Amino acid sequence: MTMGDLLVRGMVAGLIASVLAFGFASLIGEPPIEAAIALADTTTNPAHATDDSPVVTRVVQRTIGLATGIAMLGTAFGGFFAIAFAFIAGRVGAFSARATALGIALTAWGVIYLIPYLKYPPNPPAVGDAETIQYRTAMYLAMLAISVFAAVAALALGRHMTAQSGAWNASLVAGGLFLAVVTAGYLLLPVINEVPETFPASLLWSFRLASLGTQFVLWTAIGLVFGTLTERALHGSQQPSLTRAGAR
Amino acid sequence: MMQSVSVPIPQSAPIPAIPVREIVPWAVFGGVGVLVLLYFVGVEQGAASIFSNTLVHEFVHDARHLAGLPCH
Ligand SMILES: [Zn+2]
Repeated sequence: MTMGDLLVRGMVAGLIASVLAFGFASLIGEPPIEAAIALADTTTNPAHATDDSPVVTRVVQRTIGLATGIAMLGTAFGGFFAIAFAFIAGRVGAFSARATALGIALTAWGVIYLIPYLKYPPNPPAVGDAETIQYRTAMYLAMLAISVFAAVAALALGRHMTAQSGAWNASLVAGGLFLAVVTAGYLLLPVINEVPETFPASLLWSFRLASLGTQFVLWTAIGLVFGTLTERALHGSQQPSLTRAGAR
Repeated sequence: MMQSVSVPIPQSAPIPAIPVREIVPWAVFGGVGVLVLLYFVGVEQGAASIFSNTLVHEFVHDARHLAGLPCH
């Protein structure tokens, strides 16, 4: 199985996963977005007017726009996932292709989504000052970079230590290093709060939960679909059907 | 490369590692593609802009919010 095959499988898995994530986002994510926009329309703050832009209607935004955006994200994540899988599979622990794929997917969700999310939680439309978008994006990407750096450093340290100290101790030290670096990032990067005092807390919670769930569905599905697509291709070539049937 | 199949391998056998020199060219190629896709969903016409109008931003707008990125 070549690297090109893996990359294609990753992107196909991402595209399939994005169908599920789109379903979740439509059902759970769109109601709070619509509610936030409806709230913005009733306020007089001109900064909120962007989402009412006639360039693309709301109907398009919440259907094919959302589908296209999530499909692009899913394909990109799937490609990134395949590259991570190629580097990690067979090098970290003795896991099957399926278990490795799911483990990488959940780790990726945690490292590139959850850690930046906890520091800079996303806001629905109608929240946020348009003037500070550059600053907020830079801070978000800084937190993302710290998280990815911490994960790569923890993985390298864990692998290095496994030979002398065993997998359990190596994992504990690696996990500790990850948490320490990420916590330092939380403390060093500035706090950003642009949620208006009057914005309904329950609506904010619904939106943030929907965001969390959308990314969780996307990554879990990438891991499961990729694992299914790859398990037989990676193991099957070493395993004729006769011995396989006998092993059951 | 692969040894003969005289010994049955259990279903959960660990997978062989792919040589790094085989991964790197694809990782660079795939990495660039991934970054271009993420740029258009995540940043275009928000924090940075290639096109002068806001069509791309508005079209993928809801996905950007739900992906957890700062939007506007
Ligand atoms: Zn927005």
